[in-house]
Amino acid sequence: MNTELLGIVATYLLTLVIAIPLGKYLAKVFAGEKVWTDFLKPIESAIYKLSGINPKEEMNWKQHMKALLTINLVWLVYGFFVLMYQDKLPLNPDGNPGMTPDLSFNTIISFVVNCNLQHYSGESGVTYLTQHFVLMFLQFVSAATGLAAAVVFFKAFRDKTSTKLGNFWEFFVKSITRLLLPLSLVMAIILAFNGSPTSYEAKDQFISVQGDTVNVSRGPAAAFIAIKHLGTNGGGWFGANSTHPLENPNYITNTVELVAQVIIPIAMVIAFGIFIRRRRLAWMIFGVMTIGMLLLLIPTVSSELGGNPAIAKMGISQATGAMEGKEVRFGPAITGYWSTVTTIISTGSVNGMHDSTMPLTGAWQLLGMMINSFYGGCGVGVLNYFIYLIIAVFISGLMVGRTPEFLGHKVEAREVKIAALITLLSPFLILAGTAIASYVFTNHGEAGWAVQPKNWLNNPGFHGFSEMLYEMTSSNANNGSGFEGLGDNNVFWNVASGFVLFLGRFLPIIGPVAIAGLLGSKKYIPESAGTLKTDTLTFSLMTFAVIIVLNALSYFPALALGPLAEYFTMLK
Amino acid sequence: MKKYIIQSLRLTLVLMVLLCVIYPLIVAFAGGFSKGNGGGEKISKNGKVVGYAAIGQSFTKPEYFWGRPSAVGYNAAGSAGSNKGPSNPDYLKEVSSRIDTLLKYNPSLKKADIPADMVTASGSGLDPNISEQGAIIQIKRIAAYRKINEKTVAELVVKNTQGPLLGLFGPSSVNVLKLNLALDELKK
Repeated sequence: MNTELLGIVATYLLTLVIAIPLGKYLAKVFAGEKVWTDFLKPIESAIYKLSGINPKEEMNWKQHMKALLTINLVWLVYGFFVLMYQDKLPLNPDGNPGMTPDLSFNTIISFVVNCNLQHYSGESGVTYLTQHFVLMFLQFVSAATGLAAAVVFFKAFRDKTSTKLGNFWEFFVKSITRLLLPLSLVMAIILAFNGSPTSYEAKDQFISVQGDTVNVSRGPAAAFIAIKHLGTNGGGWFGANSTHPLENPNYITNTVELVAQVIIPIAMVIAFGIFIRRRRLAWMIFGVMTIGMLLLLIPTVSSELGGNPAIAKMGISQATGAMEGKEVRFGPAITGYWSTVTTIISTGSVNGMHDSTMPLTGAWQLLGMMINSFYGGCGVGVLNYFIYLIIAVFISGLMVGRTPEFLGHKVEAREVKIAALITLLSPFLILAGTAIASYVFTNHGEAGWAVQPKNWLNNPGFHGFSEMLYEMTSSNANNGSGFEGLGDNNVFWNVASGFVLFLGRFLPIIGPVAIAGLLGSKKYIPESAGTLKTDTLTFSLMTFAVIIVLNALSYFPALALGPLAEYFTMLK
Repeated sequence: MKKYIIQSLRLTLVLMVLLCVIYPLIVAFAGGFSKGNGGGEKISKNGKVVGYAAIGQSFTKPEYFWGRPSAVGYNAAGSAGSNKGPSNPDYLKEVSSRIDTLLKYNPSLKKADIPADMVTASGSGLDPNISEQGAIIQIKRIAAYRKINEKTVAELVVKNTQGPLLGLFGPSSVNVLKLNLALDELKK
């Protein structure tokens, strides 16, 4: 096996070695059991005290959601104005301008919802103040929001019947103090010692060997890059994200950033099993997710290592794989792995440009985001998976003629309706959004926006369609990566993707938490011979089939018009 | 509801102090002990800074090793890739003209020996590296222009090739800036 493939195997194994114990630790933290980080309790007490919070106050699922939405709304309003007026605020050594209202609207929603779609470029579009006090702040708290929502969901299934689901603020604060902040600190220091900048100095200038004057953007990036990955956020300090040599200087940092983005999503699955005392169920879920990941990963790496057939035709060696948009220090194999990982979980950072990957790779990236639950984002991955689970329970129940139930609670019309609505929401937002964009592109090419619709696309033909489809899919999945050739900093894309981002975040959080809250409050029915067991191999296969069928039905036509059509044209 | 708003505001302020002031300051303090003191590792020649070790710069003169094509002309204040799709006809024309340029300056070069990284733009536009093969195909040209032994240049390439991490993981690469500075050192 060559060293590039060995790198993938080692990175994944290292991820598991960290994620599994982390899952056990998290289950204990959120259950309030004794852990070694309890020395941080005084800090938490101080936070509660200063904020006027009583962490012992029990909330039901509705109160949880109210608290969650309220604080998210506060961040939206705050960030919107700070981004618009950043040019008048301190810590702007490069003299960057304020954002236009539509760009600020898009950016703030994008960071509040843990997406980090960026229609600006880090070097010129934001200041050190907004990078830290708006964007990095939101990278922490949006990840903690997802984690806290997941814990509420865990709580609903821990006891037989319960409406008291703990305190939202406590879960939220602990996600930061016990998990995100300590890990970020360690990771940021590793990055700093491998060459990521940490100082607040402005742009530098030097004369190159050949005599060119070169300006170098810098800034305190290491702290930002750490939480960007740990919190599955993905927004880059620099425009080129983790392809940038200061954002991802070498193979070591590449490995660290790859491991960091996957450990919490996996740990949350493990924690779920321990928390509700059903480890077998968690391992089954983990199994389905892992198989799903491998099915996307293997063809991705193979198509990237295969190189670009159009360039091969010119007689150029493709021994090193497809290199457009990639960096030599990483190579195509681990870049392929990154592209899979960053799309199945909702990070959306890139260490190679997705727009330039091979057509089939693009299809796998899109599919990863459409499914959005093979591990999935920080906390929300488990929630997304749960929706598929409920649909699978419902269909299995119908097939065998039993009342569908999940973990001892009857799944009835109301819960299934919520699950169905959430399932339909994604295809609706993605496909309707892409359809409107395509319509505007073809019929209103001259519209006088910052980028005229006829100039939106960086590539002609099927690939151009993929660029629009990708943008909507990424927004809905709260992913944040892009086919960056799309001219997206204009009022249409800023507003359209802003709405998709917002709906694609909060409804898929509220839905599963509501279902869990409703189920948890129902009478517990002890298991009997007639119970549909959800922790078996058969049921796992069933869930997997549901995931594949639902997504194939929803998205095959769109994928056929974009990446698949491009693939077949290139075969000619 | 009102209670949640007030709690949200206060919690936001408290966390901001922790996450946006204390945390990055600790990182900045630690970063001060790193190689570039937190500002990025610089490389100097004759006491003058000529670049950053991690950031690629433009080399176009025939007596220097060339780096990869860049979509932004190695502008380190505006990183970006080309975002060209693999089947884009304009893009393929561009690649084709890059091949011609390489063949023109390296007359003995065979097309099949050109590695993909030498004719495709990097993701950041600032890739500091080329593949080992990318350096090897330029040895003849460098030796001819500098009127030095090919073997000496080849040795320099080997010396400046960084292998996989721990010899096991990832690709090998050559840092173009360091290699070119080593070339300039040779003359003396």
